Order: sequence, then C-alpha cells, then structure tokens
Amino acid sequence: MELIIQGIIKAFELIISFDPEVMGITWLSLKISGTATFISLFFGVSIGAGVALTDFPGKRIVISLINTGMGLPPVVVGLFVTILIWRSGPLGFLEILYTPYAMIIAQAIIATPIVMGISLASIQSLPANLRLQILSLGASRLQMAWILIKESKLPLLAAVMAGFGGVISEVGASIMVGGNIKGYSRVLTTATVMETGKGNFDIAIALGIILLILAFLVNLLLTHVQQRQRLR
Amino acid sequence: MKIFKGSKWAITILVAAVLVVTGAANVFAAPQQKNIILATTTSTQDSGLLDVLIPIFEKETGYFVKTIAVGSGQAMAMGKKGEADVMLVHSPDAEKKFIEEGCGVNRRLVMHNDFIIVGPSADPAKIKGIKSSTEALKQIAKANGLFTSRGDNSGTHSQEKKLWKTAGITPGGQKWYQETGLGMGQTLNVTSEKKGYTLADRGTYLAMKKSLGLDILVEGDAALLNIYHVIEVNSSKWPKANARGAKAFADFMVSKKTQDIIKTFGVDKYGSPLFFPDAGKKVEDLGK
Repeated sequence: MELIIQGIIKAFELIISFDPEVMGITWLSLKISGTATFISLFFGVSIGAGVALTDFPGKRIVISLINTGMGLPPVVVGLFVTILIWRSGPLGFLEILYTPYAMIIAQAIIATPIVMGISLASIQSLPANLRLQILSLGASRLQMAWILIKESKLPLLAAVMAGFGGVISEVGASIMVGGNIKGYSRVLTTATVMETGKGNFDIAIALGIILLILAFLVNLLLTHVQQRQRLR
Repeated sequence: MKIFKGSKWAITILVAAVLVVTGAANVFAAPQQKNIILATTTSTQDSGLLDVLIPIFEKETGYFVKTIAVGSGQAMAMGKKGEADVMLVHSPDAEKKFIEEGCGVNRRLVMHNDFIIVGPSADPAKIKGIKSSTEALKQIAKANGLFTSRGDNSGTHSQEKKLWKTAGITPGGQKWYQETGLGMGQTLNVTSEKKGYTLADRGTYLAMKKSLGLDILVEGDAALLNIYHVIEVNSSKWPKANARGAKAFADFMVSKKTQDIIKTFGVDKYGSPLFFPDAGKKVEDLGK
C-alpha cells in the first residue's frame, strides 16, 4: 500500500515538475497512437462501410474475419511486422525497424480491425429503408455512403475511442518493433515494463497513472464531441 | 461540396489528426545512415551503465545508437541474421561459436563482474557460506529449494546451465525448478516474491537491491566470473550492416576514457563498482 501511495506521489511530482523525459515519453505515446488511430480510421471506416453497403458472396466469412481481427493479438502483429521489416525481410530496404514509424504501422494494424468491425456493425444497424430513401432523393452512391457514415457518427466515435484505447495501452508489439529506445521509441507502456524490470516500482506506477490520465483526457475530449452531437 | 456542410466535427478531427501527423514527422527525422543497432544483454541496461555511456558516445561521434536490450542469446541471434551491427554480450562459449561461424569479427574484452547466487535471508536450503557454486546448487537440489532460472538463453542462463552440468544435475522438469523467460531484473523480482534462489549478475542485483528481499549467499567462486565482450557483426556477410558505426562503438567501449567511467560507475550509489574494466587484458588473467 505504501508503495502505491509512493507511486502516486511520484506521478504528481513528475507531472508538476514537467520532467522532460516523462513529458517526452508521454508526448511520443500520444503522437504514435494518435497517428496510428487516424490511419486505422481511414482504412477501418472506408472498408467497414464498403463491406456493410455491398452484397457479395462470402460476405459473412469476411465479416467473421473482421470480427476476429478485432481481437488480433498485438504480439502476433509485432512478430509479423518485425519479420517483414527487418533488414533481411521483404521490406528491409525501408530501414524502419526500431523506429516510431514501425510502431505506427504495427499499432495501425492492431486498431484497423477494431475500427472496421464497429463501423461495419454501426452502418448495418441503420434502418435499411434509409439507404433507399437517400438514393431516391438523387444521391450518388458515394454521397449515400458519406451520409450513412455521418448518421452513425456516435458509434464511429466509439470506434475511435476503442481503437485508440487499444493501441495506447498496447505493449507487446511496441516493444518488439520499437525496441524501447530511450528518447526515441520509448513510450509509456514500454517504459513501464522496463522500470518494473529494473525494480523502480514507484516510477512504474507513476508512468501507469500518467497513461491512465492521458487515456482519460483523450476519451473525455472524444466523448464531449460525441455527446454534443447528440444534443443538437 | 454540399455533403461537407455541417460536418464541422469531421473537419476538426481531420485538422487535429493532420497536426498530429506533421508534428510526428519532426521527431522521426533521425538520420538513417548514422544509426547503429546495438544488441546487448539486459544487465547493461538494467544496471544503468548504458544510460551513462551511450549519450557520451552519441555526442562524440554523431551516431545514433538504437539499444535493443535482450538476452545475450537473442542478441547473437540478431547478429546471426545481420539485424544488429554490434553486440555487447557476456556468454563466452556462445560468443566463440558465433565468431567461428563467421558471424562476428573483432571480439574484444570490455569488462567483467561476477555472478552471485542470491536467495531469501532465511535460506531454507542452507547454502550460505558454501564456497563452491556447484556444491551450493547441489545443496539447493537436495533440499528441493525453489530455483528460478532465466530460461531465455541469455549469458546468465548459459552460465547457470554450465554450473548445473558441472554439478551433474538436470534441473529441467523438476518441481523446484522454474523458468521465467524474462530479463535479469524481472527474474530477480519473481525470485524475491517466491522466496527462491537464482543466479544473478552482481551489477543488476546491486542496482535493484533496495526493492528485493534477497541476500547474496554464494560469491567469489572462480567459476562465477561474468565476462563482457564487444563484437562487431561481420559486414562482409551482411553489407547492410553499419560496419563503421559498429567499429566506432567497439573502439569507444575499450577506449581509456570509457574504461575509466566503467571503473567508477555505481561507486557513489552502491559503494562499490558494478563492473571492472578489462580492455586489453587477457581473459585468463581476470579475477586474479
């Protein structure tokens, strides 16, 4: 118990004193996971909407695959990304292993199915007649898709939160493809693992608390946007 | 553009995301050609030594070092695939094999410290005071004392396996023998929680002592010497490896200035040095 209190005190010390290393780590976590979530949003929503709005043979299998992907184990993603981008791998010429870029790629792969699955379900849950109505008013298919995406913005913002929450708290893939390099690819989760390993539990707890606060603030912002839309 | 009307929220998110992406690009602009991948053991990172040395090296040479702290076994596995440029490791037998296979060149002695057998102060297997490390292991096995092993092919794990072999005991699969598969720091934490015994390098133990409920029970045996070498990856085998950077780092590790830092590293904090510099010495002369 004493240790937890010590950790909490340490967390506030680090935040209030604007500890440059901790601030750097926090900012980097936010940037990497934010970028990854943004990329996943692009692919997730477009493919999710595409699958939801078209009929093709094997659609159920595709949806099952997407839903399975929502639980994609980060370490497996990390392993495959590592093998693809290391020097002897097919994408080795890019030289991006152990960089924040590699972390963004891995995290985007983890978040995309989550965003995709939620967008797919939310667009499918819209009344079927709405589609016909929009089309009958003379909208093109692309315009229809955009209107439907807008209609389901509530669950879509939930998808952003789920995707972001999934990657900011992820450690397995980040440590494999990022390498936990000080001042360069060390993020909150990998730093927490390392400090625990070193026996610096107070700092580890402090980093954990900062991670929680960060996740809370981001979700607060997104929830604010989401709920404001609802009132209007 | 009619469809974008009233979609302020979408634009806000878009702008925010673009800001994040462009902001991110600044940080990532580290020079590619100047990167060195250093594969090393967990002990050099967990003890804090590299946190002191790497910034000095980077400032002097302009290289950017990507330190990947894994076990010595994994570090050399990375070297075998040309995924690392230089290795700082402590697993002499595996290192010799690594050089023989033509994977690495220019293996140079950097420093040493020693391994210790640690355990709970209550010492249920009664090994305190035993001089020989193999005798102590035999005693642990006989008393069914819990022993936690790294189990990760690291230098410490190789050393531990060698000791068990000398003792004539096959610990694998025994009830009292558990493998963590984790780094030295984590394994010490596990050992402390479970009140078990383990083989540790002195550097990591001293650095973590304050949070552990473990005492040094066996030390000073010649078989417990822990020797670190720096090896450059064979660039004729992997042209992509940064051979010049690797050589610069290896030269730095054995330079007089670095050796002096190693000599005093940890003295102010732990009262004794964590590593003893050995550049230019012969392995046979260590510990004398």
